[in-house]
Amino acid sequence: MSAVVKSPGFHSSELQSMLYLNGVTKSFDGFKAINNLSLDIAPGELRAIIGPNGAGKSTMMDIITGKTRPDSGEVRFRDNIDLTQYDEADIANLGIGRKFQKPTVIETLTVWENVELALAGNRSVIRALWHKLSSEQGDRINEVIKLVGLKAKTSELAGSLSHGQKQWLEIGMLIVQGPELLLVDEPAAGMTDQETMETAALLKEINREHTVVVVEHDMDFIKALDSKVTVLHEGSVLAEGRLEVVSANPRVIEVYLGR
Amino acid sequence: MLNTKIFERSAIGRLLLADKAGSYLLMVLFAAMVLVPLCNLLMPEGSFLHIPTYIVVLLGKYLCYALLALALDLIWGYCGILSLGHGAFFALGGYVMGMHLMRQIGERGVYGNADLPDFMVFLNWTELPWYWYGFDSFFFSMFMVALVPAALAFVFGWLAFRSRVTGVYLSIITQAMTYALLLAFFRNDMGFGGNNGLTDFKDILGFNLQSDVTRCVLFALSALSVMLAYILCRAIVSSKYGRVLVAIRDAESRTRFMGYRVEHFKLFVFVVSAILAGIAGALYVPQVGIINPGEFGPINSIEIVIWVAIGGRGTLFGAVIGAVAVNYAKTYFTGAFPEVWLFMLGALFVISTLYLPKGIVGVVKQLQDRRAERNAPTSQGAQS
Amino acid sequence: MKLTHIDTHAVFRFILFCLVIILPMQSTAAPIATVGQIKIQREDAALLLNELITAKSTVDKINLINLIANSNLPQRVAVLEALQSGDLYYTKKAKQLVYAHSHADGYSAVAVIGNEDLGVVGSRAVRKISINNELRTVLRGVLAEISLRSENTAERLQAAKNLVRSPAAEFLPAIERALVMESDAKVIEALKLAAAMVNLNSDEQVLRLEAIESFRGSLDSDAMSLLAAMQLTDSDGNYLEPDDLVRESAAAVLKQMRSEAKIYKLIENTFFGLSLGSVLLLTAVGLAITFGVMGVINMAHGEMMMLGAYTTYVIQLLMPNYIDYSIIVAIPAAFMVSGLVGIVIERGIIRHLYGRPLETLLATFGVSLILQQAVRSIFSPLNKSVTAPSWLSGSLEINGALSLTYNRLYIIAFSLIVLLLLVFLLKKTFVGLQMRAVTQNRAMANSMGIRTGWVDALTFGLGSGIAGIAGVALSQLTNVGPNLGQSYIIDSFMVVVFGGVGNLFGTFFAAMSLGVANKFLEPFAGAVLAKIFVLVFIILFIQWRPRGLFALKGRSVED
Repeated sequence: MSAVVKSPGFHSSELQSMLYLNGVTKSFDGFKAINNLSLDIAPGELRAIIGPNGAGKSTMMDIITGKTRPDSGEVRFRDNIDLTQYDEADIANLGIGRKFQKPTVIETLTVWENVELALAGNRSVIRALWHKLSSEQGDRINEVIKLVGLKAKTSELAGSLSHGQKQWLEIGMLIVQGPELLLVDEPAAGMTDQETMETAALLKEINREHTVVVVEHDMDFIKALDSKVTVLHEGSVLAEGRLEVVSANPRVIEVYLGR
Repeated sequence: MLNTKIFERSAIGRLLLADKAGSYLLMVLFAAMVLVPLCNLLMPEGSFLHIPTYIVVLLGKYLCYALLALALDLIWGYCGILSLGHGAFFALGGYVMGMHLMRQIGERGVYGNADLPDFMVFLNWTELPWYWYGFDSFFFSMFMVALVPAALAFVFGWLAFRSRVTGVYLSIITQAMTYALLLAFFRNDMGFGGNNGLTDFKDILGFNLQSDVTRCVLFALSALSVMLAYILCRAIVSSKYGRVLVAIRDAESRTRFMGYRVEHFKLFVFVVSAILAGIAGALYVPQVGIINPGEFGPINSIEIVIWVAIGGRGTLFGAVIGAVAVNYAKTYFTGAFPEVWLFMLGALFVISTLYLPKGIVGVVKQLQDRRAERNAPTSQGAQS
Repeated sequence: MKLTHIDTHAVFRFILFCLVIILPMQSTAAPIATVGQIKIQREDAALLLNELITAKSTVDKINLINLIANSNLPQRVAVLEALQSGDLYYTKKAKQLVYAHSHADGYSAVAVIGNEDLGVVGSRAVRKISINNELRTVLRGVLAEISLRSENTAERLQAAKNLVRSPAAEFLPAIERALVMESDAKVIEALKLAAAMVNLNSDEQVLRLEAIESFRGSLDSDAMSLLAAMQLTDSDGNYLEPDDLVRESAAAVLKQMRSEAKIYKLIENTFFGLSLGSVLLLTAVGLAITFGVMGVINMAHGEMMMLGAYTTYVIQLLMPNYIDYSIIVAIPAAFMVSGLVGIVIERGIIRHLYGRPLETLLATFGVSLILQQAVRSIFSPLNKSVTAPSWLSGSLEINGALSLTYNRLYIIAFSLIVLLLLVFLLKKTFVGLQMRAVTQNRAMANSMGIRTGWVDALTFGLGSGIAGIAGVALSQLTNVGPNLGQSYIIDSFMVVVFGGVGNLFGTFFAAMSLGVANKFLEPFAGAVLAKIFVLVFIILFIQWRPRGLFALKGRSVED
């Protein structure tokens, strides 16, 4: 029913790239949201993607996760899986997790139940009907809740959490889903400075076991991540490299500060 | 002692212990199932305790509506699918039951034709259409009561959920679905009695439909069905599956990105709900004695929604309470002040959406919470 | 001296005789045209008519009939028609000519001269003016000719058309004389057709071929069935029409006529479809504003139309002497009434439910129930009749196969005007700009100083007001009753959803195509089944394009 691919883990030597985009284009009513975009994320990498509003970051996320089909171009996961052939649920089961810009957790369920739903496993209707939680699974859930710092809130409704806590819960849900690749959309939006730094630390922690792609505006956050940076502008890559290098690029300065 | 322990450990037991309001509801239903027929059959007519047959039938009707409301609450309250065409599944179940009852009339029809129902003789039909075959058999008919609504729900749901028709769009096309069926069943050449529908039923499994005993049994069966359906629905929403439904209701996209096939989850619950609605219709028809295309009316389907909304959506017992309360009000007002009823119903719609988003159940809960709040400081004060 | 005793009666008969012999007689159905109308004084009229009582021979009667037909007597048509139908009698005693109808106690009689009601007379007191088949033939021709000479063009046209429908040899002279004098093109066309219909049964091949040839270009259904009948064979396989040449040329002409008729049938169906589509457009365009632009599911939309229809009814009651103009007053009135009610609903209920479409749906459904019952309580649950203004009746005749009724033409024009005005309002005016701004980005519009609440109310009022206008149109088409709105609400939603939400052009296209599709399906499937097909089609269509035919494809719609 669902395409679950068990991976040998990204440390295996034959894997070239975790995510590979080549010449991807998508337009809405004549407006090119993504224009000949190419991107290569290595296994185990932590990559930050920045860009002004309308640079095509969200559309790129939509294309990778199967919400939107590109007009043309290649989108490959783990070298040879063509992502344009699958829908959201398939892609999630292939091992790509996505965190939305706006925190989306199930507000009417408890923190524990939210994580339980995200926990890796069979997603079929029948299994859900007769589902019984094993003790290992229960331990795993508790472990992740602890990791994202919500232990005290375990049996509270997700709707009662603060904005930052919801972001963490969502990240926790992503981790427990066991993806190889994590797409994180503006995790620091609306957070306090301290929360921002904690989030950066959390993502670096997560990066030990997962490939992570972060889309963000906040320069302090990017600095804290200390990773390779890709600058998007008008749907294609403007510059790529270490933050110091990129921020010295005159075109990047023009795009960010010029107008 | 031992019995209670077994109860506590059994799946149903655990379910009900966690659902206090539901347990009360089941107790009330069980009491009604036993007492109403007893009061009708055993108490002498003049007695204070005697329940006249017409009340038994009326209560039976309310219970069928309660079952229908339960079916709608399962999909609307827990999965956010607002079907404005659930009356169609109810009516289909009713028609299947009606077809079986028509076949039971046999030679006793006005035209005395053993092979054809009266309306077919009237239309000069010579042969029974193929889709009427098999309805002589009670078991086949009961199977079809579930299968026909399920099949329609499956096809409709498969198409709609697969292409992600959601929210008001889905509501509008469910209205179109029941409207199309309404028009179709009004046609004489459909072979379901056209305008007049199916009526003049005589007996069911050899028991006279007019007799008090049969009516009491039908009432008890209705009560039992509501109880079983309630337990089934509670089991569904308490499982992990139920939590996925809630996740779909509150954040459909998120659920998809978690890897759940939203369309499969929706389709399953939609079909279950349609079957429950069909059973409600099948129980309804022998009690009221007629099924006609009017049951497909788009307005009927919208009325079901108001029962659930008034009772309290997403609670299951609220749906049962709402269906009985609104229909009791309808019976009372259409009898006493017919002019006022539509004003009342209209106002109910407006008030319940504006001021009582959680329905009767929500109001009761609010009152309880307030009382608990009031009590808490005083007990604290006594301690200090 | 003697002269004084000559009774006027005898003199009159003499004059009559003289007249009759100088009349050119071409057939027994004596022509009456060559002599101008004879002016007859009142007393002479009595004499002339009373001649009918005394005339015995068929020839005398024929002459009399011709004289009467040629006279300027006001009652000539009535008398001749009564004679033809056998309702002309005379009283035995007074020798008075009467119209009589059999009655339980004898005959109810009315004097021909003076129109005096004589009440019921015994069956023996009156005697019928006898008539035979020859006279009947004469009478038919004479009566036809009288109407062919009417001063009124419409009457002449009708008379000519009647002749086309019942062609007979005795009419031919009358038709030919009428053709000489006729000036109206349409009447001439009908007369020629009538002559051809007669000549088709002539004995001369040339005349028949000419007649067949003259059918070319006309689309008369009677002519077509006559030509078709010529192609039939009897049980032995012999053609009913023995003349091969005639039959073959008939077949050729028939083929051409049929293919032309098919084209006109197509045009007519399209026209019907477009007029149905216009009704759909009118009912849906208000919804395209409230649902399509604002995203509000207004289940009371149908009741806004109902209010418009009742406004039309009330306006008509208020100005009973100006029915023809009341509808023009009703249009702005209905817009105001429904628009105001819409604003009240928006401010009172919908405003509190923005962002909760399902709740809005339920609350507005409640409003629809209240409005229905209110109308029921105020106006009674019975349907009210709204009189159509006279300028809406009648039709525009293009030819024998195609005539477009004015009410359909007007409704097409009306719906287009409403749509264009709406587009103009939204695209070219400041209010429209504000409406679009608020619906596209509420927060931004708010920060730019637009009073979003006020704009919401106005937009909703506009949509409701247009529904009211649709109600005015509906009042001309269906019964005005409390349930008027309900029967259109599902259709209107289908149109908006099919066309694509938020797109007026889509709504227009959807309404017209659904209307035409419905009308083209009807001949094959019947009206009800056609409607079911259309509904099922839309349900399936939404699966394919969940956002409708002309949906905006931007990213924002996805969320």
